This record gives sequence, structure tokens and C-alpha cells, in this order.
Amino acid sequence: MHKWIFYIGLTVLLVSCKGEQKVAIETTKVFSGKGVEIPVYDFKNFEYLLSINDGKTRIINFWATWCKPCVAELPYFELINSRYPNKEVEVILVSLDLPNQVESKLIPFIRKQRIKSKIVLLDDPDANSWIPKVNENWSGSIPATIIYKGNTSNFYERSFTYDELERELKKML
Amino acid sequence: MKTLKILVAVVLVIAVSAFAIDKVNVSDTDAGYIIGDTATDFKLKNIDDTMVSLKDYKEAKGFIVIFTCNHCPYSVAYEDRIIELDKNFKNKGYPVIAINPNNPKAYPTDSFDQMKIRAKEKGFTFPYLFDDGQKIYPQYGATKTPHVYILEKTENGNVVRYIGAIDNNYKDAAAADKKYVEDAINALLKGQKVPVETTKAIGCSIKA
Repeated sequence: MHKWIFYIGLTVLLVSCKGEQKVAIETTKVFSGKGVEIPVYDFKNFEYLLSINDGKTRIINFWATWCKPCVAELPYFELINSRYPNKEVEVILVSLDLPNQVESKLIPFIRKQRIKSKIVLLDDPDANSWIPKVNENWSGSIPATIIYKGNTSNFYERSFTYDELERELKKML
Repeated sequence: MKTLKILVAVVLVIAVSAFAIDKVNVSDTDAGYIIGDTATDFKLKNIDDTMVSLKDYKEAKGFIVIFTCNHCPYSVAYEDRIIELDKNFKNKGYPVIAINPNNPKAYPTDSFDQMKIRAKEKGFTFPYLFDDGQKIYPQYGATKTPHVYILEKTENGNVVRYIGAIDNNYKDAAAADKKYVEDAINALLKGQKVPVETTKAIGCSIKA
């Protein structure tokens, strides 16, 4: 009963809190099923999410349902997302699941775990071209996390406990 | 009521943190090989229960060492291409040596028995070795699967000539227009410098 909605070239207008920036991000498509919507980006369009300058702190976590340590730490990202006001902190979970597993694995997982944080799918198979743009020290292994605000950004190729994640977040707030 | 809420939250955080203690993993692979390093040999158990070392391959000109495993969708996506690499380059002196670096306690589908089953299903034409005790992959500096190291046999040992991905499209072999491993070996066979020596790829973190 998964219903696919397939918007090619759907344009999402993201307006920053201050209303200063208007940036159009092109999704290649949107996976949608059972109340879950996951926009799909290639890196070119995804990249914008790594440099929004609106005074908000963003936690960008690269993960996938097949990555055990990623799944283990997801509750901490969820907890951060629920405990900090959305005006101050936004958690974005960037799934690297293969597109052919979105319906069979990712959407059921999100529903089962009742994930509330924003989820996007990064679907760009030429990883060698974009991994260094996320961070030049990143080997490409996940979990990996960026915490940034304005022009200050920290990158972590590691797993977190809740306390560790919150400590790193507080450095940025 | 408010106190109760706070209490519940505190208990939750403690419970969650306690649960997480064994999940912390420290990056200990920063000290891995770079291009030009001499790679260590090993003696690891193959899926046919024999022990395999690089020195057993008297005729080889080098090796395509690939850290890979059963559970990782990225590894699975590359299985056919790994078989193809072995087919194309074993006769030219560069056999594939696959090594599963994962601890089966972390990923039960990466157990030695499961390796045998997967190798049989896919008809692996190359050794598929178990890094028992997870001792070899940290020396190489592998962080994920699949992770390729091309070694060239020289008088000074097996020298690392390429580290990285197999090609530039994990989803679709036909759409890959940069075949890093193939290009590297073809260059080595001609006695030339490897055109692209390192690449990065998304992969499944190795769990010791």
C-alpha cells in the first residue's frame, strides 16, 4: 500500500527565519508513504543545508538504516531535537540508504522508531566528488556528524553518547 | 507535576547514556597506510578452511586487497564487480584477496559460517578471509567496507599503490565512468604511475 508520489523537479522554497535568504533547492524526487515524506537530493542541491546562516545551530547527521552504530545513536539526536527549541537547534538526519531500500527499509524504520527530526535522503553515487566537500578529513565512513552555526562548524567521524553530543552542541550555542 | 517530568527526563537521559557506553568508538585507524607504504602480510583463514598469506602467491605481481563483508549493502552492491575484477586481473598477476574485517559479535551476518554461505551463493572466485580478532584492518587503516588497497609486489615488499573505492557509482556499475581500481592496475601493468591514487567512498563502518 505504499503510495509513491513522484515529483520531478519539485522546488522547495526554504525561507530563513530572518527572511533574508530565499534559496530554492531542487529535489530529484520525494519518497512518500504512510505519512512519511523524504525529499531526495543530489549533493549539489543538498550542499545548501550545510551553510544556512540564520543564527540557528544545525546538527547534520549522516546515517543509514544498515549502519548499526548510526542506529544506536539516533535516539540521542532525537532527544536533542525534542529538548531544544526549534528556533535554536535543528537536527537533520541525512540518510545514505540506497534508494531501492527506501520503501522496504527506511520508511518502515522511521515509522517504527517514530522519528521526528527532519530526514532527507542524499542520493549521489559519485561519493568521491562530494565527501571532501562535506569535510576534507572525512573518510566516508558513517556515522558522521556536523554541528554548525553561521561560519563555525565542527565535524565528527565517530559515534556519540547523549552527553557527548550535548556537550559538543553546547560549544556551538 | 513539573518535578516529575524533570525526573522522568533525567532518568531517561541516564538510561540512554548507560545504554550507550559500549557504543562509543574511538577512531584508531588514523595511523593506516598511505600511498608508498609497505603493507603487512598476514595469515588469515579462508572460507575453505586453509590459511592464506600474500607470500603464498609466488607468481603474483601484486594484489587487490578488498575489505568487504556480508551485511553491508554497499559491499553487496559491489560483489559482482569484485568477481569481475578477479576474473579480469588474476591472470594478469593481480588476484583479488577479500577480507572480512568485522567482528561477528557486532554483525552476526558477518560470521565465518555466513561468509562461507555468501561466497557459495555468489560463486566467489577469490579467497574470502576472516580477520580473526580484527588485527589486520587497523594496520591497513581500513575504515569501512568495501575499502580497496592495491599492492604492488616489489623487492621491498608489497607497496601500497591505491587506496579507496572500486569505481565512482555504487548504485550502478554501468553508470560508473571512473573505474579507479581497473585504471590503477592497468597503469601498474604498463609500469606507469597510478592515475588516481586515493578516492573516498561511503561505506559501512568496520566494527571490531
